[in-house]
Amino acid sequence: MNNQIRTHIIKLFNSDRRLDGRKLTEYRKVDVQLNATSTAEGSARVKIGETDVIAGIKTEVMEPYPDSPSEGSIMVGVELLPLSSPDFESGPPSARAVELARIVDRGIRESKCLDFKSLCIKEGEKIWMVIIDVCIINDAGNLFDAAALAAIAALKSMRFPEYKDDKIDYKKKTDKGLELKDLPIEVTVIKIGDKFIVDADSEEEKAIDARLTVASLSDGTLCAMQKGGDFPLTDEDICKMVEIGIEKAKELRKLVK
Amino acid sequence: MAYKERLNGRKFDETRKIEAKAGVIPRADGSAMFKIGNTWAYAAVYGPRNLHPKFLQDPSKGILRCNYNMMPFSSSGDRVRPGSSRRSKEISLVTEKALLPVLDLSEYPNSVVDVFIEFPQTEAGSRCAGICAAAMALADAGLAMKDLVAAVSVGRVDDKLLVDLDYNEEAYEEGPVADIPIAMSPNYGKVTLLQMDGLISKEQLKKVIEMGKKACKDIYEVQKKALKDRYKI
Repeated sequence: MNNQIRTHIIKLFNSDRRLDGRKLTEYRKVDVQLNATSTAEGSARVKIGETDVIAGIKTEVMEPYPDSPSEGSIMVGVELLPLSSPDFESGPPSARAVELARIVDRGIRESKCLDFKSLCIKEGEKIWMVIIDVCIINDAGNLFDAAALAAIAALKSMRFPEYKDDKIDYKKKTDKGLELKDLPIEVTVIKIGDKFIVDADSEEEKAIDARLTVASLSDGTLCAMQKGGDFPLTDEDICKMVEIGIEKAKELRKLVK
Repeated sequence: MAYKERLNGRKFDETRKIEAKAGVIPRADGSAMFKIGNTWAYAAVYGPRNLHPKFLQDPSKGILRCNYNMMPFSSSGDRVRPGSSRRSKEISLVTEKALLPVLDLSEYPNSVVDVFIEFPQTEAGSRCAGICAAAMALADAGLAMKDLVAAVSVGRVDDKLLVDLDYNEEAYEEGPVADIPIAMSPNYGKVTLLQMDGLISKEQLKKVIEMGKKACKDIYEVQKKALKDRYKI
Protein backbone atom coordinates (compact mmCIF):
# COMPACT_ATOMS: atom_id res chain seq x y z
CA MET A 1 0.00 0.00 0.00
CA ASN A 2 1.26 3.39 -0.98
CA ASN A 3 1.67 5.32 2.27
CA GLN A 4 0.55 8.57 0.72
CA ILE A 5 -2.76 7.06 -0.39
CA ARG A 6 -3.26 5.70 3.11
CA THR A 7 -2.56 9.12 4.61
CA HIS A 8 -4.99 10.62 2.15
CA ILE A 9 -7.69 8.06 2.99
CA ILE A 10 -7.31 8.78 6.71
CA LYS A 11 -7.38 12.52 6.14
CA LEU A 12 -10.63 12.17 4.21
CA PHE A 13 -12.06 9.98 7.00
CA ASN A 14 -11.55 12.80 9.48
CA SER A 15 -14.10 14.83 7.55
CA ASP A 16 -16.43 11.80 7.24
CA ARG A 17 -15.67 11.29 3.57
CA ARG A 18 -14.17 8.55 1.46
CA LEU A 19 -12.35 8.29 -1.87
CA ASP A 20 -15.59 7.75 -3.77
CA GLY A 21 -17.55 10.37 -1.83
CA ARG A 22 -19.41 8.00 0.49
CA LYS A 23 -19.90 8.47 4.23
CA LEU A 24 -17.92 6.16 6.52
CA THR A 25 -20.72 3.73 7.24
CA GLU A 26 -22.44 3.93 3.89
CA TYR A 27 -22.68 0.97 1.49
CA ARG A 28 -22.35 1.32 -2.24
CA LYS A 29 -25.53 0.49 -4.15
CA VAL A 30 -26.56 -3.05 -3.19
CA ASP A 31 -28.58 -5.09 -5.63
CA VAL A 32 -29.96 -8.56 -4.91
CA GLN A 33 -31.43 -10.59 -7.76
CA LEU A 34 -33.02 -13.92 -6.87
CA ASN A 35 -33.04 -16.93 -9.24
CA ALA A 36 -30.08 -15.69 -11.25
CA THR A 37 -29.35 -19.05 -12.86
CA SER A 38 -31.87 -21.68 -13.88
CA THR A 39 -29.64 -24.74 -13.54
CA ALA A 40 -29.28 -24.30 -9.76
CA GLU A 41 -31.94 -25.33 -7.26
CA GLY A 42 -31.70 -21.84 -5.82
CA SER A 43 -29.54 -18.86 -6.69
CA ALA A 44 -28.93 -15.19 -6.23
CA ARG A 45 -26.72 -12.58 -7.76
CA VAL A 46 -25.51 -9.78 -5.53
CA LYS A 47 -23.87 -6.61 -6.71
CA ILE A 48 -22.34 -4.16 -4.27
CA GLY A 49 -21.08 -1.30 -6.37
CA GLU A 50 -18.90 -3.02 -8.97
CA THR A 51 -18.47 -6.15 -6.85
CA ASP A 52 -20.43 -8.90 -8.53
CA VAL A 53 -21.02 -12.39 -7.10
CA ILE A 54 -23.37 -15.23 -7.85
CA ALA A 55 -24.41 -17.95 -5.43
CA GLY A 56 -25.98 -21.17 -6.63
CA ILE A 57 -27.30 -24.19 -4.77
CA LYS A 58 -27.16 -27.83 -5.77
CA THR A 59 -28.62 -30.57 -3.63
CA GLU A 60 -27.37 -34.10 -3.14
CA VAL A 61 -28.75 -37.05 -1.24
CA MET A 62 -26.24 -38.88 0.91
CA GLU A 63 -25.75 -40.83 4.11
CA PRO A 64 -25.89 -38.72 7.27
CA TYR A 65 -22.77 -38.09 9.33
CA PRO A 66 -22.47 -40.80 12.03
CA ASP A 67 -22.75 -38.23 14.86
CA SER A 68 -26.03 -36.77 13.56
CA PRO A 69 -28.05 -39.59 11.96
CA SER A 70 -31.23 -37.55 11.71
CA GLU A 71 -29.78 -34.34 10.32
CA GLY A 72 -28.99 -33.10 6.87
CA SER A 73 -26.36 -30.46 6.38
CA ILE A 74 -25.06 -27.56 4.35
CA MET A 75 -21.73 -27.02 2.66
CA VAL A 76 -20.40 -23.68 1.46
CA GLY A 77 -17.73 -23.18 -1.17
CA VAL A 78 -16.36 -19.89 -2.45
CA GLU A 79 -14.60 -19.70 -5.79
CA LEU A 80 -12.27 -16.73 -6.14
CA LEU A 81 -12.38 -17.09 -9.90
CA PRO A 82 -9.29 -15.78 -11.71
CA LEU A 83 -11.81 -14.18 -14.05
CA SER A 84 -12.79 -11.72 -11.33
CA SER A 85 -9.47 -10.16 -10.39
CA PRO A 86 -5.85 -10.04 -11.55
CA ASP A 87 -4.90 -11.12 -8.01
CA PHE A 88 -6.63 -14.53 -8.14
CA GLU A 89 -5.05 -17.62 -9.66
CA SER A 90 -6.41 -20.92 -10.92
CA GLY A 91 -5.88 -23.94 -8.77
CA PRO A 92 -6.97 -25.30 -5.42
CA PRO A 93 -8.76 -22.85 -3.08
CA SER A 94 -6.41 -20.37 -1.42
CA ALA A 95 -6.46 -19.76 2.34
CA ARG A 96 -8.42 -16.61 1.61
CA ALA A 97 -11.10 -18.51 -0.30
CA VAL A 98 -11.37 -21.07 2.49
CA GLU A 99 -11.65 -18.42 5.20
CA LEU A 100 -14.34 -16.66 3.19
CA ALA A 101 -16.30 -19.87 2.67
CA ARG A 102 -16.06 -20.81 6.33
CA ILE A 103 -17.27 -17.41 7.50
CA VAL A 104 -20.27 -17.59 5.18
CA ASP A 105 -20.92 -21.16 6.36
CA ARG A 106 -20.76 -20.25 10.05
CA GLY A 107 -22.99 -17.23 9.64
CA ILE A 108 -25.74 -19.52 8.36
CA ARG A 109 -25.03 -22.64 10.43
CA GLU A 110 -24.62 -20.96 13.81
CA SER A 111 -27.68 -18.76 13.37
CA LYS A 112 -29.79 -21.95 13.62
CA CYS A 113 -32.07 -20.34 11.06
CA LEU A 114 -32.16 -23.65 9.24
CA ASP A 115 -33.39 -26.77 10.99
CA PHE A 116 -31.01 -29.50 9.84
CA LYS A 117 -33.53 -32.10 10.99
CA SER A 118 -35.85 -30.93 8.22
CA LEU A 119 -33.19 -32.11 5.74
CA CYS A 120 -33.47 -35.70 6.91
CA ILE A 121 -35.13 -38.09 4.46
CA LYS A 122 -34.68 -41.35 6.38
CA GLU A 123 -32.95 -41.44 9.71
CA GLY A 124 -29.53 -43.03 9.62
CA GLU A 125 -29.78 -43.62 5.90
CA LYS A 126 -30.54 -40.63 3.70
CA ILE A 127 -30.29 -36.89 4.14
CA TRP A 128 -30.20 -33.83 1.92
CA MET A 129 -26.87 -32.09 1.57
CA VAL A 130 -27.42 -28.50 0.48
CA ILE A 131 -24.33 -27.21 -1.29
CA ILE A 132 -23.98 -23.48 -1.74
CA ASP A 133 -21.27 -22.35 -4.12
CA VAL A 134 -20.45 -18.67 -4.37
CA CYS A 135 -18.57 -17.60 -7.50
CA ILE A 136 -16.96 -14.19 -7.73
CA ILE A 137 -17.48 -12.51 -11.10
CA ASN A 138 -15.87 -9.15 -10.30
CA ASP A 139 -13.93 -8.29 -7.16
CA ALA A 140 -14.23 -4.61 -6.35
CA GLY A 141 -13.92 -5.11 -2.60
CA ASN A 142 -16.04 -6.43 0.27
CA LEU A 143 -16.41 -9.99 -0.97
CA PHE A 144 -17.32 -11.12 2.57
CA ASP A 145 -20.60 -9.26 2.74
CA ALA A 146 -21.46 -9.87 -0.90
CA ALA A 147 -20.83 -13.63 -0.63
CA ALA A 148 -22.79 -13.98 2.62
CA LEU A 149 -25.73 -12.00 1.28
CA ALA A 150 -25.79 -14.00 -1.96
CA ALA A 151 -25.67 -17.28 -0.02
CA ILE A 152 -28.60 -16.47 2.27
CA ALA A 153 -30.63 -15.06 -0.63
CA ALA A 154 -29.96 -18.23 -2.64
CA LEU A 155 -31.14 -20.35 0.30
CA LYS A 156 -34.31 -18.31 0.44
CA SER A 157 -35.03 -18.94 -3.24
CA MET A 158 -34.19 -22.65 -3.11
CA ARG A 159 -36.66 -25.33 -4.22
CA PHE A 160 -36.01 -29.03 -3.76
CA PRO A 161 -35.88 -31.21 -6.87
CA GLU A 162 -38.08 -34.26 -6.93
CA TYR A 163 -36.69 -37.29 -5.08
CA LYS A 164 -38.28 -40.60 -5.96
CA ASP A 165 -37.12 -44.22 -5.86
CA ASP A 166 -33.68 -43.25 -4.53
CA LYS A 167 -33.10 -40.85 -7.40
CA ILE A 168 -33.04 -37.09 -7.74
CA ASP A 169 -34.85 -35.75 -10.78
CA TYR A 170 -33.30 -32.31 -11.22
CA LYS A 171 -35.62 -31.57 -14.12
CA LYS A 172 -38.59 -31.60 -11.76
CA LYS A 173 -38.43 -28.89 -9.15
CA THR A 174 -41.00 -29.19 -6.39
CA ASP A 175 -42.48 -26.15 -4.70
CA LYS A 176 -40.98 -27.19 -1.40
CA GLY A 177 -38.41 -24.73 -0.20
CA LEU A 178 -36.35 -24.32 2.92
CA GLU A 179 -37.89 -22.93 6.03
CA LEU A 180 -35.66 -20.13 7.28
CA LYS A 181 -36.52 -19.00 10.78
CA ASP A 182 -34.41 -15.89 10.51
CA LEU A 183 -32.11 -14.15 8.06
CA PRO A 184 -28.57 -13.96 9.40
CA ILE A 185 -26.72 -11.09 7.73
CA GLU A 186 -22.99 -10.50 7.76
CA VAL A 187 -21.44 -7.05 7.85
CA THR A 188 -17.70 -6.54 7.73
CA VAL A 189 -16.57 -3.50 9.67
CA ILE A 190 -13.12 -2.20 8.91
CA LYS A 191 -10.72 -0.19 11.01
CA ILE A 192 -8.29 2.14 9.32
CA GLY A 193 -6.38 4.48 11.63
CA ASP A 194 -8.89 5.23 14.39
CA LYS A 195 -11.95 5.21 12.13
CA PHE A 196 -14.46 2.51 11.25
CA ILE A 197 -16.00 1.98 7.84
CA VAL A 198 -18.22 -0.58 6.14
CA ASP A 199 -18.15 -1.89 2.57
CA ALA A 200 -14.50 -1.17 1.79
CA ASP A 201 -13.63 -1.00 -1.88
CA SER A 202 -10.45 -2.54 -3.33
CA GLU A 203 -8.38 0.56 -2.62
CA GLU A 204 -9.50 0.81 1.00
CA GLU A 205 -8.97 -2.92 1.53
CA LYS A 206 -5.28 -2.41 0.91
CA ALA A 207 -5.15 0.09 3.75
CA ILE A 208 -6.98 -1.84 6.46
CA ASP A 209 -5.57 -2.29 9.94
CA ALA A 210 -8.21 -4.71 11.17
CA ARG A 211 -11.56 -6.07 10.13
CA LEU A 212 -14.38 -7.68 12.02
CA THR A 213 -17.10 -9.62 10.26
CA VAL A 214 -20.24 -9.62 12.35
CA ALA A 215 -23.18 -11.90 11.59
CA SER A 216 -26.43 -10.99 13.31
CA LEU A 217 -30.10 -11.93 13.42
CA SER A 218 -33.20 -9.73 13.05
CA ASP A 219 -33.35 -9.06 16.79
CA GLY A 220 -29.69 -8.05 16.93
CA THR A 221 -28.40 -11.30 18.42
CA LEU A 222 -24.91 -12.08 17.17
CA CYS A 223 -24.39 -15.49 15.60
CA ALA A 224 -20.84 -15.51 14.24
CA MET A 225 -17.79 -13.28 14.11
CA GLN A 226 -14.33 -13.28 12.65
CA LYS A 227 -11.51 -10.84 13.14
CA GLY A 228 -8.97 -10.30 10.42
CA GLY A 229 -6.20 -7.89 9.59
CA ASP A 230 -2.74 -7.47 11.07
CA PHE A 231 -3.53 -5.10 13.92
CA PRO A 232 -5.17 -5.78 17.29
CA LEU A 233 -8.47 -4.32 18.49
CA THR A 234 -9.34 -2.83 21.88
CA ASP A 235 -12.57 -3.81 23.59
CA GLU A 236 -14.02 -0.38 22.81
CA ASP A 237 -13.19 -0.97 19.15
CA ILE A 238 -15.01 -4.30 19.25
CA CYS A 239 -18.12 -2.80 20.85
CA LYS A 240 -18.28 -0.04 18.27
CA MET A 241 -17.72 -2.41 15.38
CA VAL A 242 -20.39 -4.82 16.61
CA GLU A 243 -22.84 -1.95 16.96
CA ILE A 244 -22.20 -0.78 13.41
CA GLY A 245 -22.45 -4.38 12.17
CA ILE A 246 -25.88 -4.94 13.74
CA GLU A 247 -27.17 -1.58 12.52
CA LYS A 248 -26.07 -2.07 8.91
CA ALA A 249 -27.35 -5.67 8.86
CA LYS A 250 -30.86 -4.29 9.29
CA GLU A 251 -30.51 -2.32 6.04
CA LEU A 252 -29.17 -5.31 4.09
CA ARG A 253 -31.81 -7.68 5.48
CA LYS A 254 -34.56 -5.59 3.88
CA LEU A 255 -33.08 -6.36 0.46
CA VAL A 256 -33.52 -10.11 0.88
CA LYS A 257 -37.05 -10.01 2.30
CA MET B 1 -39.79 -42.02 -37.50
CA ALA B 2 -37.93 -39.15 -39.08
CA TYR B 3 -37.09 -35.92 -37.26
CA LYS B 4 -39.64 -33.77 -39.09
CA GLU B 5 -39.76 -30.71 -36.92
CA ARG B 6 -37.33 -29.61 -34.24
CA LEU B 7 -38.48 -30.43 -30.72
CA ASN B 8 -37.86 -26.82 -29.78
CA GLY B 9 -39.86 -25.39 -32.69
CA ARG B 10 -36.85 -23.70 -34.30
CA LYS B 11 -36.14 -23.79 -38.02
CA PHE B 12 -33.31 -26.16 -38.94
CA ASP B 13 -30.89 -23.31 -39.61
CA GLU B 14 -32.01 -21.20 -36.66
CA THR B 15 -29.94 -20.68 -33.52
CA ARG B 16 -31.35 -20.16 -30.05
CA LYS B 17 -31.84 -16.57 -28.88
CA ILE B 18 -28.51 -14.79 -28.54
CA GLU B 19 -27.52 -11.96 -26.22
CA ALA B 20 -24.07 -10.44 -26.06
CA LYS B 21 -22.43 -7.67 -24.08
CA ALA B 22 -18.86 -6.41 -23.88
CA GLY B 23 -17.13 -4.89 -20.86
CA VAL B 24 -19.03 -6.72 -18.12
CA ILE B 25 -16.15 -7.31 -15.69
CA PRO B 26 -14.55 -4.01 -14.65
CA ARG B 27 -11.43 -5.56 -13.06
CA ALA B 28 -10.46 -7.36 -16.27
CA ASP B 29 -8.49 -5.84 -19.16
CA GLY B 30 -11.24 -7.02 -21.48
CA SER B 31 -14.45 -8.94 -20.91
CA ALA B 32 -17.69 -10.10 -22.45
CA MET B 33 -20.87 -12.01 -21.83
CA PHE B 34 -22.39 -14.29 -24.45
CA LYS B 35 -25.69 -16.06 -23.94
CA ILE B 36 -27.25 -18.50 -26.38
CA GLY B 37 -30.50 -20.02 -25.16
CA ASN B 38 -29.85 -21.33 -21.66
CA THR B 39 -26.08 -21.45 -22.12
CA TRP B 40 -24.44 -18.46 -20.57
CA ALA B 41 -20.73 -17.61 -20.78
CA TYR B 42 -18.54 -14.94 -19.28
CA ALA B 43 -15.01 -14.33 -20.49
CA ALA B 44 -12.32 -12.13 -18.99
CA VAL B 45 -8.93 -11.27 -20.44
CA TYR B 46 -5.94 -10.39 -18.31
CA GLY B 47 -2.72 -9.28 -19.94
CA PRO B 48 -0.44 -9.20 -21.71
CA ARG B 49 1.23 -9.78 -18.34
CA ASN B 50 4.31 -11.47 -16.92
CA LEU B 51 4.41 -15.19 -17.46
CA HIS B 52 5.46 -17.55 -14.71
CA PRO B 53 6.88 -20.18 -14.60
CA LYS B 54 9.64 -18.77 -16.75
CA PHE B 55 10.23 -21.86 -18.89
CA LEU B 56 6.84 -21.28 -20.54
CA GLN B 57 8.00 -17.93 -21.88
CA ASP B 58 8.52 -17.48 -25.59
CA PRO B 59 11.08 -14.77 -26.43
CA SER B 60 9.63 -14.32 -29.92
CA LYS B 61 6.00 -13.65 -28.96
CA GLY B 62 3.38 -13.67 -26.25
CA ILE B 63 1.40 -16.81 -25.55
CA LEU B 64 -2.33 -17.31 -25.17
CA ARG B 65 -3.66 -19.33 -22.25
CA CYS B 66 -7.35 -20.22 -22.04
CA ASN B 67 -9.19 -21.66 -19.10
CA TYR B 68 -12.68 -23.13 -19.53
CA ASN B 69 -14.55 -23.73 -16.30
CA MET B 70 -18.13 -24.53 -15.35
CA MET B 71 -19.44 -23.01 -12.14
CA PRO B 72 -20.43 -25.76 -9.68
CA PHE B 73 -24.16 -25.04 -10.10
CA SER B 74 -24.10 -24.53 -13.88
CA SER B 75 -25.32 -27.98 -14.86
CA SER B 76 -28.97 -28.99 -14.67
CA GLY B 77 -27.82 -32.37 -13.33
CA ASP B 78 -25.41 -33.08 -10.47
CA ARG B 79 -23.13 -30.42 -9.03
CA VAL B 80 -19.93 -29.94 -11.02
CA ARG B 81 -16.97 -30.40 -8.71
CA PRO B 82 -14.77 -27.31 -8.66
CA GLY B 83 -11.34 -27.56 -10.26
CA SER B 84 -10.23 -28.76 -13.64
CA SER B 85 -11.29 -32.05 -15.19
CA ARG B 86 -10.10 -33.95 -18.25
CA ARG B 87 -13.02 -32.47 -20.15
CA SER B 88 -12.33 -28.87 -19.14
CA LYS B 89 -8.62 -29.24 -19.93
CA GLU B 90 -9.35 -30.46 -23.43
CA ILE B 91 -11.89 -27.73 -24.07
CA SER B 92 -9.46 -25.11 -22.78
CA LEU B 93 -6.88 -26.38 -25.25
CA VAL B 94 -9.16 -26.42 -28.31
CA THR B 95 -10.46 -22.97 -27.33
CA GLU B 96 -6.90 -21.67 -27.36
CA LYS B 97 -6.33 -23.16 -30.81
CA ALA B 98 -9.63 -21.69 -32.04
CA LEU B 99 -8.65 -18.17 -31.03
CA LEU B 100 -4.92 -18.11 -31.74
CA PRO B 101 -5.07 -17.78 -35.56
CA VAL B 102 -6.73 -14.35 -35.40
CA LEU B 103 -4.51 -13.00 -32.66
CA ASP B 104 -1.21 -11.17 -33.11
CA LEU B 105 0.92 -11.43 -29.99
CA SER B 106 4.26 -10.75 -31.67
CA GLU B 107 4.66 -7.50 -29.80
CA TYR B 108 4.56 -9.13 -26.38
CA PRO B 109 7.57 -11.43 -26.04
CA ASN B 110 7.79 -13.48 -22.81
CA SER B 111 4.25 -12.48 -21.82
CA VAL B 112 0.95 -14.24 -21.48
CA VAL B 113 -2.59 -13.27 -22.34
CA ASP B 114 -4.91 -15.13 -19.99
CA VAL B 115 -8.50 -15.81 -20.97
CA PHE B 116 -10.83 -17.12 -18.28
CA ILE B 117 -14.17 -18.49 -19.41
CA GLU B 118 -16.85 -19.21 -16.84
CA PHE B 119 -20.41 -20.50 -17.06
CA PRO B 120 -23.14 -19.67 -14.55
CA GLN B 121 -25.58 -21.79 -16.54
CA THR B 122 -25.21 -24.34 -19.35
CA GLU B 123 -27.40 -26.35 -21.67
CA ALA B 124 -25.44 -27.66 -24.68
CA GLY B 125 -23.04 -25.71 -26.85
CA SER B 126 -20.97 -24.31 -24.00
CA ARG B 127 -17.56 -24.49 -25.69
CA CYS B 128 -18.92 -22.52 -28.65
CA ALA B 129 -20.53 -19.91 -26.41
CA GLY B 130 -17.25 -19.68 -24.49
CA ILE B 131 -15.28 -19.09 -27.68
CA CYS B 132 -17.72 -16.37 -28.80
CA ALA B 133 -17.38 -14.62 -25.44
CA ALA B 134 -13.60 -15.03 -25.40
CA ALA B 135 -13.15 -13.54 -28.87
CA MET B 136 -15.19 -10.51 -27.82
CA ALA B 137 -13.21 -10.16 -24.59
CA LEU B 138 -9.92 -10.21 -26.51
CA ALA B 139 -11.21 -7.47 -28.80
CA ASP B 140 -12.48 -5.53 -25.78
CA ALA B 141 -8.97 -5.77 -24.28
CA GLY B 142 -7.70 -3.91 -27.34
CA LEU B 143 -5.40 -6.65 -28.58
CA ALA B 144 -4.37 -6.71 -32.24
CA MET B 145 -6.67 -9.10 -34.08
CA LYS B 146 -7.13 -9.97 -37.73
CA ASP B 147 -10.72 -10.96 -37.21
CA LEU B 148 -13.16 -12.06 -34.53
CA VAL B 149 -14.02 -15.72 -33.99
CA ALA B 150 -17.61 -16.93 -33.97
CA ALA B 151 -18.62 -20.44 -33.01
CA VAL B 152 -21.70 -22.64 -33.07
CA SER B 153 -22.44 -26.31 -32.97
CA VAL B 154 -24.01 -27.89 -36.01
CA GLY B 155 -25.02 -31.45 -36.54
CA ARG B 156 -27.36 -34.07 -37.60
CA VAL B 157 -30.42 -35.46 -35.88
CA ASP B 158 -31.77 -38.47 -37.70
CA ASP B 159 -32.05 -37.47 -41.37
CA LYS B 160 -31.96 -33.71 -40.75
CA LEU B 161 -29.02 -31.32 -40.67
CA LEU B 162 -29.32 -28.48 -38.22
CA VAL B 163 -27.68 -25.62 -36.37
CA ASP B 164 -27.16 -25.09 -32.64
CA LEU B 165 -28.28 -28.36 -31.08
CA ASP B 166 -29.90 -28.12 -27.68
CA TYR B 167 -29.83 -30.71 -24.92
CA ASN B 168 -32.81 -32.71 -26.18
CA GLU B 169 -31.40 -32.89 -29.68
CA GLU B 170 -28.00 -34.03 -28.46
CA ALA B 171 -29.77 -36.74 -26.50
CA TYR B 172 -32.17 -37.77 -29.32
CA GLU B 173 -32.53 -41.53 -29.26
CA GLU B 174 -34.75 -42.43 -32.20
CA GLY B 175 -32.07 -42.00 -34.84
CA PRO B 176 -28.39 -41.22 -35.33
CA VAL B 177 -27.04 -37.92 -34.01
CA ALA B 178 -23.85 -36.02 -34.80
CA ASP B 179 -22.71 -33.02 -32.79
CA ILE B 180 -20.12 -30.84 -34.51
CA PRO B 181 -18.88 -27.74 -32.73
CA ILE B 182 -17.18 -25.40 -35.17
CA ALA B 183 -15.54 -22.01 -34.85
CA MET B 184 -14.52 -19.76 -37.66
CA SER B 185 -13.03 -16.49 -38.58
CA PRO B 186 -16.06 -14.96 -40.28
CA ASN B 187 -14.23 -12.57 -42.61
CA TYR B 188 -11.75 -15.15 -43.91
CA GLY B 189 -14.23 -18.02 -43.87
CA LYS B 190 -11.68 -20.31 -42.25
CA VAL B 191 -12.46 -22.92 -39.65
CA THR B 192 -10.45 -22.71 -36.41
CA LEU B 193 -12.24 -25.34 -34.34
CA LEU B 194 -13.74 -28.56 -35.53
CA GLN B 195 -14.79 -31.45 -33.38
CA MET B 196 -17.30 -34.15 -33.96
CA ASP B 197 -19.08 -36.82 -32.02
CA GLY B 198 -21.52 -39.10 -33.78
CA LEU B 199 -22.24 -40.51 -37.19
CA ILE B 200 -22.40 -38.54 -40.45
CA SER B 201 -21.58 -38.98 -44.14
CA LYS B 202 -19.00 -36.78 -45.85
CA GLU B 203 -21.70 -35.23 -48.05
CA GLN B 204 -23.74 -34.33 -44.99
CA LEU B 205 -20.65 -32.94 -43.29
CA LYS B 206 -19.93 -30.66 -46.23
CA LYS B 207 -23.49 -29.32 -46.17
CA VAL B 208 -23.66 -28.88 -42.46
CA ILE B 209 -20.39 -26.94 -42.33
CA GLU B 210 -21.89 -24.54 -44.87
CA MET B 211 -24.87 -24.09 -42.56
CA GLY B 212 -22.48 -23.46 -39.67
CA LYS B 213 -20.62 -20.81 -41.61
CA LYS B 214 -23.82 -18.96 -42.28
CA ALA B 215 -24.82 -19.12 -38.61
CA CYS B 216 -21.35 -17.92 -37.57
CA LYS B 217 -21.74 -14.88 -39.80
CA ASP B 218 -24.98 -14.01 -38.02
CA ILE B 219 -23.34 -14.55 -34.63
CA TYR B 220 -20.45 -12.34 -35.76
CA GLU B 221 -22.91 -9.49 -36.37
CA VAL B 222 -24.21 -9.83 -32.80
CA GLN B 223 -20.65 -9.84 -31.41
CA LYS B 224 -19.69 -6.82 -33.49
CA LYS B 225 -22.75 -4.88 -32.42
CA ALA B 226 -22.07 -5.58 -28.74
CA LEU B 227 -18.50 -4.35 -29.09
CA LYS B 228 -19.61 -1.23 -30.90
CA ASP B 229 -22.27 -0.54 -28.28
CA ARG B 230 -19.59 -0.65 -25.60
CA TYR B 231 -17.61 2.17 -27.19
CA LYS B 232 -20.43 4.23 -28.60
CA ILE B 233 -20.27 7.95 -27.93
